[in-house]
Amino acid sequence: MLSLKGVYKRYGSNEVVRGMDLELRPGECYGLLGPNGAGKTTTLRLALGLTEPDCGEITLLGEPVPKRAREARLRLGVVPQADNLDPDFTVSENLLVYGRYFGLSEGQIRARIPQLLDFAGLTLRAQSRIQALSGGMKRRLALARALVNDPDLIFLDEPSTGLDPQARHLIWERLRQLLGQGKTILLTTHFMDEAERLCNRLSVMDRGRLICTGSPQELVASQIEPQVVEVFGDGAGDWARDHGDRLCQRCEKTGETVFCYTREGEPILRTLEGREDLRYLHRRANLEDVFLKLTGRDLRD
Amino acid sequence: MRSKDFLLPRISRRFIHVWRRNLLVWRKLAITSMLGNLADPMLYMLGLGYGLGSLLPQVDGTPYITFLAAGTVCYNTMNSATFEALYSGFSRMQVQRTWDAILNAPINLDDIMLAETLWAASKSFLSGVAILVIIWVLGLSHSPLTLWIIPLTILIGLTFGSLGLVMTALAPNYDFFLYYFTLVITPMVLLCGVFFPVTQLPPFLQNVSMALPLTHAIELARSLVNNRIPAHAFLHVGVLIAYAIAGFYAALVLVRRRLLT
Repeated sequence: MLSLKGVYKRYGSNEVVRGMDLELRPGECYGLLGPNGAGKTTTLRLALGLTEPDCGEITLLGEPVPKRAREARLRLGVVPQADNLDPDFTVSENLLVYGRYFGLSEGQIRARIPQLLDFAGLTLRAQSRIQALSGGMKRRLALARALVNDPDLIFLDEPSTGLDPQARHLIWERLRQLLGQGKTILLTTHFMDEAERLCNRLSVMDRGRLICTGSPQELVASQIEPQVVEVFGDGAGDWARDHGDRLCQRCEKTGETVFCYTREGEPILRTLEGREDLRYLHRRANLEDVFLKLTGRDLRD
Repeated sequence: MRSKDFLLPRISRRFIHVWRRNLLVWRKLAITSMLGNLADPMLYMLGLGYGLGSLLPQVDGTPYITFLAAGTVCYNTMNSATFEALYSGFSRMQVQRTWDAILNAPINLDDIMLAETLWAASKSFLSGVAILVIIWVLGLSHSPLTLWIIPLTILIGLTFGSLGLVMTALAPNYDFFLYYFTLVITPMVLLCGVFFPVTQLPPFLQNVSMALPLTHAIELARSLVNNRIPAHAFLHVGVLIAYAIAGFYAALVLVRRRLLT
């Protein structure tokens, strides 16, 4: 479907992608997770043939990229991060005009539009102008537009960024439907719950490299202690010095919150009983913990 | 600059759908767009032509309004392609991100640039033919040779569409285009014989004028309006084609450098 082998890309002295190997399997949903500036969008641009790697090999849907990227994109759908729907057109016209770019006939596209609108929940909005749509509707239209050529593979660049929870859940449900139809999906995200819900496999990416790859469950099992106790409150720092550091495998402090990563939560919980000045949360480790462990807690903007 | 920016264009037949996209937008706004395109040059041509013309003896053996009409066809044709390539082109490239969306489809930047150049030429064709119709209706020329002005409008559109796209490829924002108008388009209008014969200029400026594409367009149009087969027709057409090709290639290289990074 898509393969990258030893791909490097630098801008000036800034190495954005540093030795990327990636192999997408048919029918899977593969997630690229990373903080801002990790190189996710550049990776997608490389895969689309919109920028040339400094070295390495890219194959998209059987075609060498960027040499025959245009031909490869015939069977690809792309949902970009930024909204670039055509504001001069209605919802259906957006689909019609976009379908033509794939060399589809007017008849073929018109026959497909009702089902695309239905999929996007925009049937009643067919004649609306783009400006009249909400953010969630626009994103669904962008998804419908990416499906106009019935692609085998779909790229989504941060599909739910900026959407409210209702809109995000609807997008996720639609993506699951597409996976059910046998489509292959590559998505970038920095939302852990999105990756955890959708992806069969994902890679955590940082500073131009894939740090680790696996299913969400595998990553949680292999990269991090199974339990987390979060302790908040004014006394959290003192508590960590007295108990946390001693009782857990790894103890991280940010502000007035202490994260205790541990194989066993009970001994820690016992030291918290009766402490009025502390609040705590005991939970299973999740993908976000893995992500923060691998990419650090520093801001990236 | 990378060597691949300089590759010759590779065009797919699907480029036509990018042109059709622009046509569909235009059709929605056709009436206001045509009125805007026509009203201004018509007022100038008629106002100056009859107003100023009544004070003047014949220019180059024709009434001033006829002289001005040939210049106006070319001037207006140049302007439509220029505005389309600059302002509308920049909107599609930078503001609406229309090109980004198209580049995710099986169409590359070479296809988009060809479609945009042809679209600019199509706008030129409409504006040029509109002025031509007025020339016919007002009886400013009865020459059947004026039919050759129709293909000429397309050639002028390709030339100035390509040159305009060079500016679009370089522009950081809309304000940038003012330089192009102040430094290129306005001097060209004054030097190339729209309002008065180039022979009125000092010899040095006449030489400058000969290097500018609009001069060659007007030489052709003026002969045709005056029912003469243009002397040096091949030279004039050649200069316009050369500008079109050079402009197209330069715009393509620059826009690749800008977008395909």
